[in-house]
Amino acid sequence: MTDIESKDTREPDLPRRNFFRKAWLVLGALATLQFLWIGFDMLRPRKRRRRDAAAGTIYTAGPVERFEPGSVTAFPAGPFYLARLADGGFLALNRTCTHLGCTVPWIEEDQQFACPCHASVFDITGEVLSPPADRALDMYAVRIENGIVKVDLSRTIRRQGFETAQVTMP
Amino acid sequence: MIQFRFDPNRKVTVADQARVRKYFFLHMRPNRLPVSTLRYTHTFGLGGMSAVLVILLILTGAMMMLAYEPTPERAHDSILGLQTETLFGPLIRSLHYWSANLLITVALLHLLRVFFTGAKDGPRKLNWVIGLVLLACVLASNFTGYLLPWDQLSYWAVTICTGMLGYVPGVGGWLQEAARGGSDVGPTTLIIFYTLHTTVVPVVLAVLMGFHFWRVRKARGVVVPRQAGEPAPVDPEFARGWPDLILRELVVGTVLVAVVMMLAIFFAPELGIPANPGMSPNPAKAPWYFVGFQELQIHFHPVFSILVIPLVAVAGLIWWPYRRREVDQTGVLFGSPTGRSTAGIAAVLGLVVTPLLIVADEMWLQTTAWAPSVISHGLLPCLILAAAVVGFRLVLRKQMKATREDADQAAFVLMGVAFAVLTITGVWFRGAGMALVWPW
Repeated sequence: MTDIESKDTREPDLPRRNFFRKAWLVLGALATLQFLWIGFDMLRPRKRRRRDAAAGTIYTAGPVERFEPGSVTAFPAGPFYLARLADGGFLALNRTCTHLGCTVPWIEEDQQFACPCHASVFDITGEVLSPPADRALDMYAVRIENGIVKVDLSRTIRRQGFETAQVTMP
Repeated sequence: MIQFRFDPNRKVTVADQARVRKYFFLHMRPNRLPVSTLRYTHTFGLGGMSAVLVILLILTGAMMMLAYEPTPERAHDSILGLQTETLFGPLIRSLHYWSANLLITVALLHLLRVFFTGAKDGPRKLNWVIGLVLLACVLASNFTGYLLPWDQLSYWAVTICTGMLGYVPGVGGWLQEAARGGSDVGPTTLIIFYTLHTTVVPVVLAVLMGFHFWRVRKARGVVVPRQAGEPAPVDPEFARGWPDLILRELVVGTVLVAVVMMLAIFFAPELGIPANPGMSPNPAKAPWYFVGFQELQIHFHPVFSILVIPLVAVAGLIWWPYRRREVDQTGVLFGSPTGRSTAGIAAVLGLVVTPLLIVADEMWLQTTAWAPSVISHGLLPCLILAAAVVGFRLVLRKQMKATREDADQAAFVLMGVAFAVLTITGVWFRGAGMALVWPW
């Protein structure tokens, strides 16, 4: 009996009760959103700090003559390879495979970058030779000041493929 | 009856205590149950085994939390310390490792058992979905735990798997950054994974386990087995919860603990060299339960291997008990005699065709570049394979007079076996540069 009665009073033709029920729902949703927002914000400060640390990093690779044309040099201290193309131009390639983020080693004999994880292959300019990777290796801006090669690590440059405009000539 | 009114003068008798114990356990386990559900080969006790493994994991995990330090500098060292300086440290870690890997296996087998005994329909629909969420929790738990040793294996496996997130169209970059807490796997990733592994996932898992068990009780216990064509027995013979059921469960649990103990003692998990973000090992593989996805990666365009195929698979699994049905197969193993043979055919077909397709793709189809990769390695092969599955269903319907249920079940078996073959290929037949090799 009491059950049925209490159900009846819940009918939506009571505007005030209806309003309060909706208000509770909205408040609950707001509280959930707030909770999620705070949760995600917890992750943010660390990210910002890291970005600040990376900003303005200029890596001094060395004098131009140190790098043979047609060679690739690895820098353990920086996440990139310095490639000097056959025509003498420089490219700084990110060592991270654009497929799933493994580090690609330079294979001297085959003159190519071969990813150990999913067998993507890139040529000396970072261009994809073999999938699953679907875009060229990311790069960093290269500057040559007074015969010294410098790489700007503050910004990773995404690209689809290789273009001659990306090469820095000494 | 238990006395509910509090009476300070009344002494609690031994009989009271016995009664409380009895009612407590019988509240979780049934008081009586059909004798036919007791047979071990009906359920193989897989659900209970999962629960035992979760308890083992919580116990050993809590112990390891006392020793573990979730920072990249200290993580590997702290595990090494656990391995070399702590009394029974290696055993605790080994137990955790084996329980975790067995839990995935047992949970998957449990899913198959429920599927093939027709225990996912009627009042068990919702519980099937809860079970799938539990399986997702188990996988999440395993995966987040995989990173914690911070050795080369774990670092690169997590790099690959979180890298997969980046291919989700639109929000991929954001998803990947959120999972890693930055652009690369680093200190933030470790603390995120540690929090998920030790708090969030276990809590969700524990709550849902309670729900899962309760739903089994609400469905009047596990499904009652019957032969095809026979109705469910109206007045089955009953057995007692204690000792008939609970004693059996205790035996299964004890044997399981013994097996885990043996595995843990004789096959200890390795601890590789500390993670080096500058050098990927060759080959770098995902954890074994994700290797099937990694193998898909090699054959399909990322949008399909990471998003479309898994989404279709998960949606299909969730939707399975809710789809339209011709006949009620609740409790009938493999649905019917036809269902048994169509499932067998599908399994054999999957076992034969999948390796052939893998080799064919590796040998001839990889380098063709006649169309954008999304089409040549994504849409087109997916459509062809989907058409093949539909065709297979049609053939079964026409040639074997299979019911809709039997044909659907055969399609499920075919795809399940294909995924198993992909996993086996990825684990044992992929060597340096992910090239196909013999495992010996």
